[in-house]
Amino acid sequence: MSRHTLSVLVENKPGVLARVAALFSRRGFNIDSLAVGPTEHEDISRMTIVVNVEELPLEQVTKQLNKLVNVLKIVELDPAQSVQRELTLIKVRADADNRSSVLELVNLFRARCVDVASDAVTIEVTGTPDKLEAFIKVLEPFGIKELVQSGMVAIGRGARSITDRSLRALDRTA
Amino acid sequence: MTEQMTGAQALVRALEHVGVDTVFGIPGGAILPAYDPLYDSTKVRHVLVRHEQGAGHAAQGYAQATGRVGVCMATSGPGATNLVTPIADAYMDSVPLVAITGQVASGAIGTDAFQEADISGITMPITKHNFLITNPDDIARTILEAFHIASTGRPGPVLVDISKDALQATTTFPSWPPAMQLPGYRPVTRPHSKQIREAAKLIAESRRPVLYVGGGVHKAGASPELLEFAELTGIPVITTLMARGTFPDSHAQHLGMPGMHGSVAAVGALQKSDLIIGLGVRFDDRVTGDLSSFAPYAKVVHADIDPAEISKNRHADVPIVGDCKEVIAELIAAVRSDGRKGDYADWWTQLDSYRETYPLGYDRFEDGSLAPQYVMERLSALVGPDAIYTAGVGQHQMWAAQFIGYEKPGTFINSGGAGTMGFAVPAAMGAKMGRPDATVWAVDGDGCFQMTNQELATCVIEGVPIKIAVINNGNLGMVRQWQTLFYNERYSNTDLQTVRRIPDFVKLAEAYGCVGLRCERPEDVDAAIQKAMEINDVPVVIDFVVHQDAMVWPMVAAGTSNDDIKFARDMAPVWDSED
Repeated sequence: MSRHTLSVLVENKPGVLARVAALFSRRGFNIDSLAVGPTEHEDISRMTIVVNVEELPLEQVTKQLNKLVNVLKIVELDPAQSVQRELTLIKVRADADNRSSVLELVNLFRARCVDVASDAVTIEVTGTPDKLEAFIKVLEPFGIKELVQSGMVAIGRGARSITDRSLRALDRTA
Repeated sequence: MTEQMTGAQALVRALEHVGVDTVFGIPGGAILPAYDPLYDSTKVRHVLVRHEQGAGHAAQGYAQATGRVGVCMATSGPGATNLVTPIADAYMDSVPLVAITGQVASGAIGTDAFQEADISGITMPITKHNFLITNPDDIARTILEAFHIASTGRPGPVLVDISKDALQATTTFPSWPPAMQLPGYRPVTRPHSKQIREAAKLIAESRRPVLYVGGGVHKAGASPELLEFAELTGIPVITTLMARGTFPDSHAQHLGMPGMHGSVAAVGALQKSDLIIGLGVRFDDRVTGDLSSFAPYAKVVHADIDPAEISKNRHADVPIVGDCKEVIAELIAAVRSDGRKGDYADWWTQLDSYRETYPLGYDRFEDGSLAPQYVMERLSALVGPDAIYTAGVGQHQMWAAQFIGYEKPGTFINSGGAGTMGFAVPAAMGAKMGRPDATVWAVDGDGCFQMTNQELATCVIEGVPIKIAVINNGNLGMVRQWQTLFYNERYSNTDLQTVRRIPDFVKLAEAYGCVGLRCERPEDVDAAIQKAMEINDVPVVIDFVVHQDAMVWPMVAAGTSNDDIKFARDMAPVWDSED
């Protein structure tokens, strides 16, 4: 098994997320992470789906996704040729005695402290899954009170855009 | 040329524009606004069925007999959920179907309103696509889109759910046809020429090729091309359950049906083949048996219009995405230009020995009771290959597939992928309405018949004189066969006791205004069939009371290898000594 990052351009219509999620569950594919949001074009949403599958099932995932009428385009992003990021918000125990130690780690990981209370701080950190995992590990001894993580978003390196051609398809039907 | 009208009127007008002549359905609260303008339509005939499942299967029968999109209509909630089985069936068998359902008013959606069901959510995994419309301005365009999606590419069911307020509100009917908004829908029909050349090369070099032909060939209307291609190359042909009739049974190159109840020659051809040319097939588990031991020596050329079918179950050495009509036409051209002729003489010797040694056969009963296979043979002989046959699901379906000779595409309509019991009667009704000129026989089982025979009322009232051969063995026969073979003859809940005449199918037929006949002995079969053929004003039901111990052979037990096919109980064919 290996992790694959799929960028899926879909029509921005109600129910599309449900269709994609239902497809994964019906065909027995597991989603590691899923993030969905708007793009530079108001009619197109972009999903970043991380799946953990072998090469052959991945082909099936892509083909089945392509059959969904609302799916415009699917691109697999190679980690080496793309920027891949997750965002995590962590509420960690920190009082006057150890707050500076926590903040030192925040600086080391280029994270940000976004809220401070008398006995806790809330930290925002972005990065690759590996970096976030490492950061969480070093914070664990202080006591993590709450943690929330986004799905991964990813974009290809270089000047090319994967939305260009899909936009043209949309324009034709408008 | 725009016109103000209600959403309901726009719906009916759009149906007229896309060429709908028949709709099967039942009205109810949420869809009621649509039934008012439907009442006035001179182009669309609405057939009031007795159960929405009947509407769905009738639309499937209509679609498969005509090649056009079948249409069914139902109200919200239970009306819509009763369509779920036919929709799932149409999805599995790639039948072009548009289901139109009423939905509660948009303001009430999500409130668990009376007769509310999330039918677009429910049918998401069993439709090619579906729509929920709450804006009347979307109705006309969406109907056009629904018919386009249902009938192009790999055909399939599309559901259009319309809220009651959208049907009631006023809209402007667009100039026809409105522009479709389907930027993500681009089916590929034109095969890649490089793959075609590669396939032609493999064909010339192979020694033991076989044409594995499925429903996609019939759906593409490619029977003439298939015949030409088969005769050009001399390659043996096998036709799946969904492709019976796509290649003439009487043709010397036809080996029969593959699969769990396929002929020894067809199953053997796949297992011993060095090249499978799969056309419009999906390497279904009922054909392959245990996948890991399926056709171990074969390279695979797989052509299908749905890219997701290719290499889904069996790896394709040469994948061809395209419409089978274009694919086969280009294969013919490529084989001609390649110029080489494959040498299949030894292969034919081997296959002919399978055919001669292990022909389809069955046991007659010494007590003089009726063998169901004999009924099929006589039907085939007396009714002939011009008729359309439908079947339910189970033993009678397999016998109908095995013992009726099909010569023409689209003359055997049955529930293949989903295996929906009760398919035969409503599908026959729909087929007869789509092809009024054709004689339509439903071959049904006594279990299946009791699931959907209420549509006999529809047939009588609408003047649809179908003929129904009920193969009455008093049991859920196929399940009983498995209990005989795999559950130590423990017949748990398979005895319907229908042979005790509960119900009496002759009286039941008469109660509906049909003609009911009964036949219990082989010597009476011809007379019963002939009598049924003479009656063409009302439906005829023949209750063929058959022996309950008749079994479907050959058989590849579920999950086992095709190599372990039995042509009768505990009787395995002897394959070649060289293997």
